[in-house]
Amino acid sequence: MKILVQDAAFDAGAELNDFTKAQSNMGAVVSFTGIVRDLDAGLKQMDIEHYPGMTERALEKIASDATERWNLGDVLVIHRFGALKPEDVIMMVATASKHRKDAFEAADFLMDFLKSRAPFWKKEQTDAAQDWVSSKQEDEDALTRWE
Amino acid sequence: MNVLYFAWVRERIGVPKEQIETSAATVMDLVEELRAREERYALAFSDISALRVAVDQDLSDFDTSLEGVREIAFFPPMTGG
Repeated sequence: MKILVQDAAFDAGAELNDFTKAQSNMGAVVSFTGIVRDLDAGLKQMDIEHYPGMTERALEKIASDATERWNLGDVLVIHRFGALKPEDVIMMVATASKHRKDAFEAADFLMDFLKSRAPFWKKEQTDAAQDWVSSKQEDEDALTRWE
Repeated sequence: MNVLYFAWVRERIGVPKEQIETSAATVMDLVEELRAREERYALAFSDISALRVAVDQDLSDFDTSLEGVREIAFFPPMTGG
């Protein structure tokens, strides 16, 4: 299990290759990469704030919950904080398992919990304004499917 | 006790962190104490349903006891991923 919270940019492709090569006898690797989307108003910058200490704890908890629930060989989570631009990679998760179903479901679970249970906050800056991104009810509702 | 604020809660209160001496029994008691202190706190804590709280870095409820607690953090719902 590898969990990284960092301000530095990272190469999601290279990370995925390293993760894949590090596995032994795993038939499936699933990954998700989150990218900064531009806005209609033109996004200048996205600032991501986090809660050092709690962030790592929360991510470890989410990842270990996933490994208890599914048969996983390994889990990777990388999440950036700080100032990002459109098209920058924000975060990635990867899961390795013997079979694809566990890898897919665990990655989906990780993303649902990472969205609303890991202490990150996004602020979007356009030329006209800067606003904190509001949480979505649908993200909160998404957690109920794992109950 | 260390009290931390994040995102717009931090902006409204004006500091990311402060040391607060309190005898509040629960998170909600502390919120009431802060609200009574100054306008900026009253503003930040005006709608508790818009806030989340972590007690010693675990997501918690507002009725959580503060006994033995070292760190408490207030913030809006999280928007990771």
